Amino acid sequence: MIMAGAEAIIESLKKEDVEVVFGYPGGAVLTLYDALYKANYNHVLTKHEQGAVHAADGYARATGKVGVCIVTSGPGATNLVTGIATAYMDSIPLVAITGQVAVSLIGRDSFQEADICGITTPVTKHNYLVKKVEELPRIMKEAFYIARTGRPGPVVIDIAKDVFAATLDYQYPETVRLRGYHPLFEGEPKAINQVIEEMKVAKKPLIFIGGGVNLADSAQVLRDLVNHTGFPVITTLMGLGSLPSDHPLNFGMVGMHGTYAANMATTECDLLLGIGVRFDDRVTGLINDFVSKAKVVHFDIDPAEINKNVLAEIRVVGDLRWSLPSLHQSTVSAKFDWKGQVELWVEKILKWQKEKPMTYEQNSEEIMPQSVILKVNELTKGEAIIVTDVGQHQMWIAQYFSFKEPRSLLTSGGLGTMGYGLPAALGAQTGCPHKNVFLFVGDGGIMMNCQELATAANYNLPVKILIFNNQVLGMVAQWQRMFYGGRYSHSRLKGHTDFVKLAEAMGVTGMRISKPSELEEILKAVIAVPGPVVVDIPIPETENVLPMVPPGARLDQMVMGGG
Amino acid sequence: MKKHTLAVLVENRPGVLTHISGLISRRAFNIESIAAGYTEEADTTRITIIVEADVIELEQVVNQLSKLIDVIKIIDLTGTDLIHRELALIKVKASSETRPDIVDVVHIFRARIVDVNPETMVIELSGEERKIDALCQMLNNHGIIEIVRTGKIALSRGPVPAKDC
Ligand SMILES: Cc1ncc(C[n+]2csc(CCOP(=O)(O)OP(=O)(O)O)c2C)c(N)n1
Repeated sequence: MIMAGAEAIIESLKKEDVEVVFGYPGGAVLTLYDALYKANYNHVLTKHEQGAVHAADGYARATGKVGVCIVTSGPGATNLVTGIATAYMDSIPLVAITGQVAVSLIGRDSFQEADICGITTPVTKHNYLVKKVEELPRIMKEAFYIARTGRPGPVVIDIAKDVFAATLDYQYPETVRLRGYHPLFEGEPKAINQVIEEMKVAKKPLIFIGGGVNLADSAQVLRDLVNHTGFPVITTLMGLGSLPSDHPLNFGMVGMHGTYAANMATTECDLLLGIGVRFDDRVTGLINDFVSKAKVVHFDIDPAEINKNVLAEIRVVGDLRWSLPSLHQSTVSAKFDWKGQVELWVEKILKWQKEKPMTYEQNSEEIMPQSVILKVNELTKGEAIIVTDVGQHQMWIAQYFSFKEPRSLLTSGGLGTMGYGLPAALGAQTGCPHKNVFLFVGDGGIMMNCQELATAANYNLPVKILIFNNQVLGMVAQWQRMFYGGRYSHSRLKGHTDFVKLAEAMGVTGMRISKPSELEEILKAVIAVPGPVVVDIPIPETENVLPMVPPGARLDQMVMGGG
Repeated sequence: MKKHTLAVLVENRPGVLTHISGLISRRAFNIESIAAGYTEEADTTRITIIVEADVIELEQVVNQLSKLIDVIKIIDLTGTDLIHRELALIKVKASSETRPDIVDVVHIFRARIVDVNPETMVIELSGEERKIDALCQMLNNHGIIEIVRTGKIALSRGPVPAKDC
């Protein structure tokens, strides 16, 4: 069929089942926006391109589909960079379509020209510059395929302005032909057998799950595996939700702000089954002493993850959709008394957990951040999508919220991007209109993309935004308190911003909780509001996130805290 | 640490070299030489990379490069029977007095003189890295004005092409 490039893009989006795009128009994409208009395509206009890309990311994390954003050339495209890098670090499937100046103007420092392919190469799974309209269908097909398959990730398609208007005989390819890309699904069955043998002789095995389990939608088979073997489990930040937090064998998050039990178990284990993890430095603590008593088994879809940070005795390379069911099946057919084997070990971890559970000092005068989290947890019965920004509140969420379902925590783990939370929450709500979406955010981070409150109002996206207002850049201040002699260099916000008024000015309901006794009542009222709400919650300035493994220390050298 | 010779077959598309060189620098790989050129297949470029790495690092280099969509195949040629070549052009100071000396050296190395003028000569030599290094050393006394080297390329002996390895 003969059509213009812009129409071909829209046809391709339809073929890829893209139900909504997030974006912001401008000169280079006017023709594409005209086609969106004519097609009446579902488009969410954010207030900033960074908002659009984080929203597409939040949408992708919550739904498991590819998130799509469209922006103009130059500044529109460069405004995406943080969002693309955020998605890249957490392996989130995105397709970002950027306009580029016309072919004849490329390379001449033309108005609003930026080499976005050059800029995004280190933070994309792949990128394309489209200069010929005939290439559009193939590139659209490949981009979605690459973003979604294998280890997911963001793909940029940079399209020269004249390509949108040029015509082509459109036909969407049925298949892709990429000589250099063959995402591995099935790996070596032999490796699974080796793992089973190691599991049989291990006295202190530990299952260590990461974001890969969420990304591969493999929570159910993981649960089957855990229930069948009775092996204890610890998780990364990104792995939260795969196994219910209140599962008796889930000992919570490991690492810098991990639980005492998880960090001790990791230190003591003799077999670590890492599943969809990448051994980030926030997890391992002092890397040379990480699991020094254990054999490491590494399950991952990406061969480049093996031996990158931690050496693995056994590697199981392949999609978790293959390896986890095979492992589970093999544990069943082995007819082995797995539970009997780990009884003592689990008891030991339970003892650690009992000795030093997660606690905080209660306070009747001030609202404790942990108590807010526990209250939201109680009121929602854990059935909500929880989005965070970055900082102390993010770690408290990881420590105190009781997650039930996979994909129920959306957080920037790898890049740690402040400003991620609000737009990501809007994207998640767009993709899951019937779920309760809660954003937990600091008084620092909310200001990084607070313009998106207006987007929440415009589209009536009923996200509940809880601002933990400690008047400081909390996590920075904590480090300054602990490691820089309490010199609070530029971390005090001296906030004169009235978040209630800010919300109201943008068309969002604003509320405030002033004392602990109001907490439940106001939170209930917040949940009852059909639209978006901002809740300003003053919390103490000097509360620390604990336990904490100081930088450069071993996991068992935690600074403990609590009441 | 050992030197490894990698033959990297990539799509002959714009942006490929950016993707490869970007990856090498951001992962801080120890690359000694990199040389790219067309092959017997019009849509394929072959890049020869010499990398200094231990076994674990080499695995990272190969795995990370393999992740690039444009990279079709990577073959570690190290250990196979190889022909290594590099081409160098060397511009050296040459007066009428020193010229015979230089010509002698050129002959000994089986190099070629490709340009002569009253003050300088340009010498072309293709060969193994060591041979080029040695020639440069011999010419150093005369004053080398500039050197350009292509970086190493490598091909296995025997009938099987790298792409079928
Ligand atoms: C874009 C960006 N800039 C800077 C940082 C460094 N940083 C990490 S946490 C933090 C403080 C966050 O303060 P706030 O948003 O108030 O949250 P809190 O820690 O108080 O919960 C900062 C500045 C970051 N992670 N991201």
